[in-house]
Amino acid sequence: MKFSQKRRDRFSKIEPWLYLSPFLIFIIIFTLYPVINVFTISFKENYSYLRGTFKALNFENYKYVLTDDKFTSGLKNTALYVLFVVPVSTAIALFFANLLNKKVRGSAIFQTAFFLPMVTSVTAVGLIWRLMYNQQYGIINWLLTKVGIEKIGWVTESRWSLLALIIFGTWNILPFTIIILLSGMQNINETYYTVARVDGAKPARIFFRITVPLLSPTIFLVCIVNTISCFKVFSELYPLFYGKPGPYFNLYTVVYYIRYAMMEKRKYGYAAAAAVILFLCIFVVTLLELYLKKRMGRKGLK
Amino acid sequence: MKVKLNGQSISKFFIYLFLILGSLMMIFPFVWMILTSFKTHAEAITFPPKFWPASFSFVNYREAFSMAPFGKYFINSVIVMLLSVLTTTTTTILGAFAFSKMKFPGRSIIFSILLSLMMIPFEMLIITNYTTIVKIKLYNTIPALVLPFVSSIFYTYILKNFFDTVSDSLYYSARIDGASNWIYLWRIMVPIAKPSIFTIILLNALSSWNSFMWPLYVTSDAKSRTLPYGLQVFTTEAASYSEYLMAASTIVVLPMIILFILTRKYIVNGVSTGGLKG
Repeated sequence: MKFSQKRRDRFSKIEPWLYLSPFLIFIIIFTLYPVINVFTISFKENYSYLRGTFKALNFENYKYVLTDDKFTSGLKNTALYVLFVVPVSTAIALFFANLLNKKVRGSAIFQTAFFLPMVTSVTAVGLIWRLMYNQQYGIINWLLTKVGIEKIGWVTESRWSLLALIIFGTWNILPFTIIILLSGMQNINETYYTVARVDGAKPARIFFRITVPLLSPTIFLVCIVNTISCFKVFSELYPLFYGKPGPYFNLYTVVYYIRYAMMEKRKYGYAAAAAVILFLCIFVVTLLELYLKKRMGRKGLK
Repeated sequence: MKVKLNGQSISKFFIYLFLILGSLMMIFPFVWMILTSFKTHAEAITFPPKFWPASFSFVNYREAFSMAPFGKYFINSVIVMLLSVLTTTTTTILGAFAFSKMKFPGRSIIFSILLSLMMIPFEMLIITNYTTIVKIKLYNTIPALVLPFVSSIFYTYILKNFFDTVSDSLYYSARIDGASNWIYLWRIMVPIAKPSIFTIILLNALSSWNSFMWPLYVTSDAKSRTLPYGLQVFTTEAASYSEYLMAASTIVVLPMIILFILTRKYIVNGVSTGGLKG
């Protein structure tokens, strides 16, 4: 009796680890170790992954990457992409989320339509957009000629390519943004609206004086999440230019550069340094989020 | 019949107008894709664009399938998705249960380390994961596409939060009745958490099916290539034949559209509680 009690005690000590081990083993191999490894590789000059050899530990990789035109222009393109896509998509999403939040017939159909691009492969959708952007026979240029604008080489001229990417990226991120804002709106207490309507407030006034202020934490959250995902722009770029970073290799982004350094240049140190810089950008944004969240919490806005 | 136009019905009219215009903006690319997939080459490249194809024949689909192994890509995608869902759901359920209901030293420390790891973008892990896959000789295999995603901190976090809402008294009374942790987890917890688990399965299936960047790194031919990357490769073979490209795109997109129409509520709920992975 005593013996079996002891055995049971020992089992209950190791039991949690039996449940955790499948999860933890894969996290250690494919998340924890790679995080640590990418930092160390980024400091290894002339790192060879097959032999594991390197020349010295220094900042050479960072120096190279930060003076490489492809990376610096990539950083600039990525920043422009973030600066346009995040505010524009949030504004459009706010408009449509507000409409979807109203009690209308057929809301299930509208929701399905609005959220469709979220579940579809960005590669496939990017190819559709490429077709719609076609200079000679694309439907977008047809619409433009209808209003008297000449045909534009959206995906074939370098001066238009960033705009083409931004428009596609905005469209692509809209469903996610609308969903988050809509669920935030649904959490706003109905009595605010009832009181406002009793007071005879106009819909526009209700929207800007009640919905937007009460929604500001959600708006803020979605901006942060979208900023982070826009920093990682890559899969949107690939189908639009058939795998090239822009029609004349003019549209590198940070994540495209990581791939270029790894698979074309075969310089893992450069790729690692670029990845660490990407991480630092995202890290700063996340810290900003935490800081502002704290400040807003103090003001009583939750 | 005379319709009285008061302020309310005017605003109703504009709400519907903008909702319809917005819906068109979101679904138009898909409509265009399907219409183009039925057009002849001449119809696909005329200007001004021709909206309806003269006849609906599946010849472009047949052509796309003969030019590239989309059947093989499709099977690979299904296998990767099933393996991914099966393994991830298992590790997630076991891990979430341990973090939520079991006591062990270091529980809160490990959990906060995991939460901080959630901030790491996958792009940062690619360099090492790629070399790991090459070193264990799994480059260009199906397991290479699944292994890095077997454990998901995000899903485990979501499910742990749900398990936390299930009262502990239920747990203790079951334990006193002699149920082991294993029995309790599968007979009581999992059935209670069914909607959460279903949502996790759906989100996981979506991200596995649409995954593009990782297959781009670790697959080199049709043996293990999945649909999105297969489609990307196809662009070099069929670049000037947009009707073939649109037929192939339809094959990639349609299964997920159907899945979404059937399970919209779960997916929307899942996304609004935490966002899509990646």
